[in-house]
Amino acid sequence: MRFSYYPGCTLKTKAKELNNYALKCVEALGLDVKEIEEWQCCGAVYPQARDEIATKLSAVRTLNYAKGEDGKLLTLCSACHNVLKRVNEDMISDANVRLKANNYLQLEEEYAGETEVIHYLEMLRDYVGWDNLKAKVVNPLKGVKIGAYYGCLLLRPSKVMAFDNPENPTIIEDFIKAIGATPVVYPYRNECCGAYVSLDEPAISKKKSNAILDSASANGADMVITACPLCMYNLKHMGDSVVDVKYFTEILAEALGVKED
Amino acid sequence: MQRIGVFVCWCGSNIAATVDVERVAEAVKSEPGVVFSTQYQYMCSENGQQLIRQAIKEHNLTGVVVCSCSPRMHEATFRKTAESAGINPYMVEIANIREQVSWIHKDIEEGTEKAIILARTAIAKVNLNAPLTAGETKVTKRALVIGGGIAGIQSALDIAEAGYEVDIVETKPTIGGRMAQLDKTFPTLDCAACILTPKMVDVAQNEKITLYTYSEIEDVKGFVGNFSVKIRKKARYINEDACTGCGVCMNACPSKKGLNEFNQGLNNRPAIYIPFAQAIPNIAVIDPQQCLKIKNGKCGLCAMKCPSNAIDYTQTDEIVEREYGAIVVATGYKTIDLDKFGEYAYNESKDVVTSLELERLMNAAGPTKGTLLRPSDGEHPHDITFIQCVGSRDTSGCGKPYCSKICCMYTAKHAMLIREKYPDVKVHIFYIDVRTPGKNYDEFYRRAAEQYGVDYIKGMVGKVYPQPNGKLLVQGSDLINNEQVLIESDMVVLATAIEPEPSVRRIATLLTTSIDTNNFLTEAHAKLRPVESPTAGIFLSGVCQGPKDIPETVSQASACAAKVIGLLAKNTLKGNACVAGPDESMCNGCSVCANVCPYGAITYVDKEFRLGGGKTETRRVSQVNQAICQGCGACTVACPSGAMDLKGFANKQIMAEVEAICKR
Amino acid sequence: MEDKYLLSDVKRYSGTDTSACMRCGKCSGRCPAYNDMDIKPHQFVTLIERGDIEKLMQSKSIWTCLSCMACVERCPRNVAPAQVIEAVRDAVVRQQYANKIKAEDIPAKIDETIPQQLLVSAFRKYNK
Repeated sequence: MRFSYYPGCTLKTKAKELNNYALKCVEALGLDVKEIEEWQCCGAVYPQARDEIATKLSAVRTLNYAKGEDGKLLTLCSACHNVLKRVNEDMISDANVRLKANNYLQLEEEYAGETEVIHYLEMLRDYVGWDNLKAKVVNPLKGVKIGAYYGCLLLRPSKVMAFDNPENPTIIEDFIKAIGATPVVYPYRNECCGAYVSLDEPAISKKKSNAILDSASANGADMVITACPLCMYNLKHMGDSVVDVKYFTEILAEALGVKED
Repeated sequence: MQRIGVFVCWCGSNIAATVDVERVAEAVKSEPGVVFSTQYQYMCSENGQQLIRQAIKEHNLTGVVVCSCSPRMHEATFRKTAESAGINPYMVEIANIREQVSWIHKDIEEGTEKAIILARTAIAKVNLNAPLTAGETKVTKRALVIGGGIAGIQSALDIAEAGYEVDIVETKPTIGGRMAQLDKTFPTLDCAACILTPKMVDVAQNEKITLYTYSEIEDVKGFVGNFSVKIRKKARYINEDACTGCGVCMNACPSKKGLNEFNQGLNNRPAIYIPFAQAIPNIAVIDPQQCLKIKNGKCGLCAMKCPSNAIDYTQTDEIVEREYGAIVVATGYKTIDLDKFGEYAYNESKDVVTSLELERLMNAAGPTKGTLLRPSDGEHPHDITFIQCVGSRDTSGCGKPYCSKICCMYTAKHAMLIREKYPDVKVHIFYIDVRTPGKNYDEFYRRAAEQYGVDYIKGMVGKVYPQPNGKLLVQGSDLINNEQVLIESDMVVLATAIEPEPSVRRIATLLTTSIDTNNFLTEAHAKLRPVESPTAGIFLSGVCQGPKDIPETVSQASACAAKVIGLLAKNTLKGNACVAGPDESMCNGCSVCANVCPYGAITYVDKEFRLGGGKTETRRVSQVNQAICQGCGACTVACPSGAMDLKGFANKQIMAEVEAICKR
Repeated sequence: MEDKYLLSDVKRYSGTDTSACMRCGKCSGRCPAYNDMDIKPHQFVTLIERGDIEKLMQSKSIWTCLSCMACVERCPRNVAPAQVIEAVRDAVVRQQYANKIKAEDIPAKIDETIPQQLLVSAFRKYNK
């Protein structure tokens, strides 16, 4: 089974390491992952207004491409995942969006949300399995205390994202355990980092990011991990770096022993 | 040929404003069989009924059609009228020209036309009606009460008081239910145990009442007046007659890590235990999942220590079969699961508790002997925040859409009790609305705010953040001051929504009675028959029917008992005359009817039939027990050969009605 | 008249039934941007219900809402305040010359590390 991989813009530029480590790891795990050809930007934020159609089209193109492959669209960036998954839900349940998007795109066959959008972490959980992952770890991160930072985009709205329990998620903690480290649960792990507001009102993002980092640190975390380049930017550049912030793929690569090749 | 009289009712202006009643009476005069037709302002009034009686006698009527309101309203009235004038009550048919015509149509032409069609339809049916007689069945003068909480206890005591035998079946090892777990009760703040335990003792001592605790309903058969119920008495591993409730076994037991159900799992109990000091019956029970002797044969300490030799590790479940005339359902409630409310950190922090847990934490017989201590570290709390409506009035799918009704009052009670006993503790209550209808209820709540200085905050908590210092940071909205408030609390108490005890679904299926989308049992009529279920002989007591507090539960339990007593006072019951029966010559013995019958009224017999020429054949044919048949008609629809028919609703009668509607 | 159409448009494309709100304020109790808002999340729901669209369009909150969906997630009545806020924000930026950020202002705001994602998402939220 092949996963059609959608990296998204930022993973090709400012968040190259998130992408590169992820690709090294899928190789180490023996997964068949192929990048989508000629992909376009997903739009970065899901347009919530019910009359937004054009802004969803590039996501539909991506989803439709994956349908033509094995129907499994693999995402890594939390924002891309959120946009693609929610647009896909619209194509399933919103007849108006489905009709107009299909009319516009003039596809050979109507697209009605057939593709399954799978986040990299979901792939690890559902297709690799924590026990298998554990078995492949060569450098267990023993004694490292890691706080999972979920943010908003992976979890909410949970009725659509269906990623994990929106208030008490465990997937990243399970991931941390599988690579041999110790998860630190802290109450701000699903709070917002300030998102796009940091462009215009950096003070807000600074407050939000520091609340998250302080909470992680106070609960004993040595580092927090994220799947989102924007969260990474806010936590790292807006926050006062009381704890280190890393992409989860980096520590995965470390655990699998493929970080430095 | 029938001689039919048609009586068109105006129902004041209810019908007459939208239906030209005179035209209806005139139009049906030429219908086959009709020899008399008239209209009158209120047919159900004494004068109206007299008019019908007189017409029956004057015109020698054999059948009656009343064009009026729904048959649910007055069919019985008019049947009685006809019977008193000497004709069989089943020769009366109602054409519903109110609910089905005047109330839903505006146009008088349309309304009148439809009323005439419905009148013709009823006439067509009466032409094929035959007199029917209902059979009679005896009433077993004993009641079953399912559930031994305050609802079941009150119903049982009242029924026994009237002189009838009552059995209580309770799944827990003791009766008492939720009320036994409560500390004080609103609005008078008397201690729950002080007012409940005397009633529990009354139950135990009442010679009319038999208790089946630690028991479950296994099967129910029969019908109103004649239920046959199998009760599973689960193995207690104790000889009930020998056990004196001395409690020596509890001290002897080495396996002490069972969750204490009575204390909502807040502390532990041994594998052999008596749920609480005032338990009725005061007899121990062994948890077989926890007992070392039962699990792997290695122990037996309790048996060695028991001074009355009451322990029997080999005991097995026992099935008891009993007959009852009436059944009361009083299965009660539980608090909802809080897994979908992660924002309140209930699973993360021991200091976030439900209100029911708080009852135990404040009770002298609870895990902290009545001293309110923070569960995580046993320290005295200084600040407590209550959150109301946790999972109530929630249409998001996480909680329940209804108001749980009891939470506003018990939260005010908790707040007051805490402030009274520990004046140094700050108490905040987040509320959406404070709902306190009831005698002395609003006064009670206001006392909490005005005299006890409880901080009522209109708004809802968004999230509870457990802090590394062990405190709980409560973030919520204060809508009156338009602020987001942050309160550092030692404990958070969740006024958790209540839901019917889940076992009620199984019970409802066994009793063939209905439950609503929230698993509450449905009453026969929301206003006029609130304690009866739609299934004859099944009555509803307490929260299984809808959220209610103790005073309301007790009222309903007594009302329920009155209904049961009314039933048990009868020696016989008139059955249903509209029963099913097969045309044996057409029946091929396929069993389809027996499979669809919800009442178990159909059996099969091998019967000998004459074939002519002295030959006979034996065939398997269906047989309907007319005492059990409720006339639902499921079998007549299911029968593939058309052999099954329903008296009073025969296939040819229904077809005649359809034809009358279609005919122009 | 125009306001009436605008109001019904905003209600329609918010895609949420604000009449289901029971005024509990949980959205505002949960909102991480609450203190940076002049009109609070629960007020977006109640003011839309009252038809006061003008007031909402002038609010600062439409620019400070983080679209984090915490309010949507936790509403006990299935109302989505964030979607109302976005619908109002769209009503503003869809007007001519009403974009919140101008392209020429960007160079002054960015540094080496800023991810594309941030620029794209801010433009998507604030501009049309």
